[in-house]
Amino acid sequence: MRDAFRVVTPGPYLTVQDQGRFGYQKMGIPISGALDFFSFTVANHLVGNPLESALFEITILGPHLEVLSEMDVALTGAEMEMSVNSIPVERWSSIRVKSGDILTIGQARSGCRGYLAVSGGIEVSHVMGSRSTYVGGELGGYEGRPLKKGDLIRCGKKKVLDRPRHLSESAIPRYPQEILLKAIPGPQDDFFDEGSALFFTSPFLVTPKADRMGYRLKGPLIPLKSGVPKSIISEPAMPGAVQIPADQQPIILLLEQTVGGYAKIATVVTPDISKIAQATPGDTIRFESVSLEIAHELFREDHQRRLKIINTLSGL
Amino acid sequence: MGAGLFKAAQFRIAGDSGLLVEYGDSIHPDVNHKVRSMSIILETERIHGIKEIIPTYRSILVVYNPLIITPLSLKCRLSDLENRLSEIEIPPPKRIEIPVYYGGSFGPDIGFVATTHSLSEEEVIRIHSQPDYLIYMVGFTPGFPFLGGLPDILHTPRLETPRIQVPAGSVGIANAQTGIYPVTSPGGWRLIGRTPLRLFDKNRKDPILYKAGDRIRFKPISESEYQRLAVEQKNL
Repeated sequence: MRDAFRVVTPGPYLTVQDQGRFGYQKMGIPISGALDFFSFTVANHLVGNPLESALFEITILGPHLEVLSEMDVALTGAEMEMSVNSIPVERWSSIRVKSGDILTIGQARSGCRGYLAVSGGIEVSHVMGSRSTYVGGELGGYEGRPLKKGDLIRCGKKKVLDRPRHLSESAIPRYPQEILLKAIPGPQDDFFDEGSALFFTSPFLVTPKADRMGYRLKGPLIPLKSGVPKSIISEPAMPGAVQIPADQQPIILLLEQTVGGYAKIATVVTPDISKIAQATPGDTIRFESVSLEIAHELFREDHQRRLKIINTLSGL
Repeated sequence: MGAGLFKAAQFRIAGDSGLLVEYGDSIHPDVNHKVRSMSIILETERIHGIKEIIPTYRSILVVYNPLIITPLSLKCRLSDLENRLSEIEIPPPKRIEIPVYYGGSFGPDIGFVATTHSLSEEEVIRIHSQPDYLIYMVGFTPGFPFLGGLPDILHTPRLETPRIQVPAGSVGIANAQTGIYPVTSPGGWRLIGRTPLRLFDKNRKDPILYKAGDRIRFKPISESEYQRLAVEQKNL
């Protein structure tokens, strides 16, 4: 272990995240973890880390960090300007920094969440098998909370890269303000009739109530069909499940939520969760219905695509 | 066959990695017993490709990796296990006693509960600490147990405006349910007492003291007993 950074300013919401905490939802502990899994994966591989490593998830505005030892860093995800000692550097690339450097990450120009990986990964204790921060439960990450000015961040021991790594321009995702999400009807699609048709054809606006627990949307009212109960017996929800509460405005449930009591009209496919992670208030979301078979095809393609990128970055 | 129990499990698609397996359509001990039995078997079987098993009031959410297992073979394995349920011995549920100091500043709503039902505070305490409550589900916050079996005479509506901060250990009532807040969180349940036990501890081998399907009984304690146990918990 060695010292990596001193936080000069953290920005509004900087947390330590990894792949997530699995196996504890039955105790009421949500998965947590990086919301944009694609950017998370690429950031770690750009600095030569395994997928288990933890990194920073940055929301809207980045931090100022004082660098405390020589290492490689990489910024992916939202389009945020990064500079080392006021000299702009590339995103989606490994960048060598040394002790005494000041690393500055600016405001998101498109997208919402940036991911900063560092050689060796951020070192915080594992809590229930994961380093991810679950702020609501005050556990994991750095003292279970977003980072503050003055925090000392450590990282794992690791040699710097032999040669720099870059993601090819064509593989870098764009974050448009009109977003199309593929979603599988269910688990309670039978609670809706014309509501379903309306849901899959209408645009919805992302409201300011959008965080790691869920994204509240605004659009046409989605009515339940007549004769069904107004709520369901509370049950856990998958990330990406779209719940229709009493006010008939959809909420996409995400990684820090375990139980919901309203019918879920559809569930966004796993590869598209990364798109939600990059959506900001004011963006428009539309939903396209896909079958489970198609969704599994997309799941495999997404996995293959990531594998190919990982192999290229590692020079395999 | 118990009330609300389905003849055969019903499956609902919960996205590309989740299968919701329903065993009944109501909140009933028989349905929850089936859920508990199936969860225990599934955890013992360790089926390759299953990432997580989450029991609820009347269903199980099975989280799977679609690169490893298809929903069709998952359904087959589940039906197979359900058919063999009678051959498999299910360990009895745990019974946990939770010491509670009722009333005073730890149970600020006990007076409201008592007057609503024309009872004395002592009667509320006696009635609330009598039943063996079934833990139907754990969720909402780390370790929050949703308990069934609250006597009708204590059913009390939630607060009009939820409290911003309910202290850890608070015991509350919301309509037909009773429960305990394991961590400090917002909440709208009527608070009648508090336990000194640390119900959730992230650093303990078992972070929570019970599972869905276990039983809880409340034991009224004095304020001095509360203080003694609170000190003991701190030194654990």
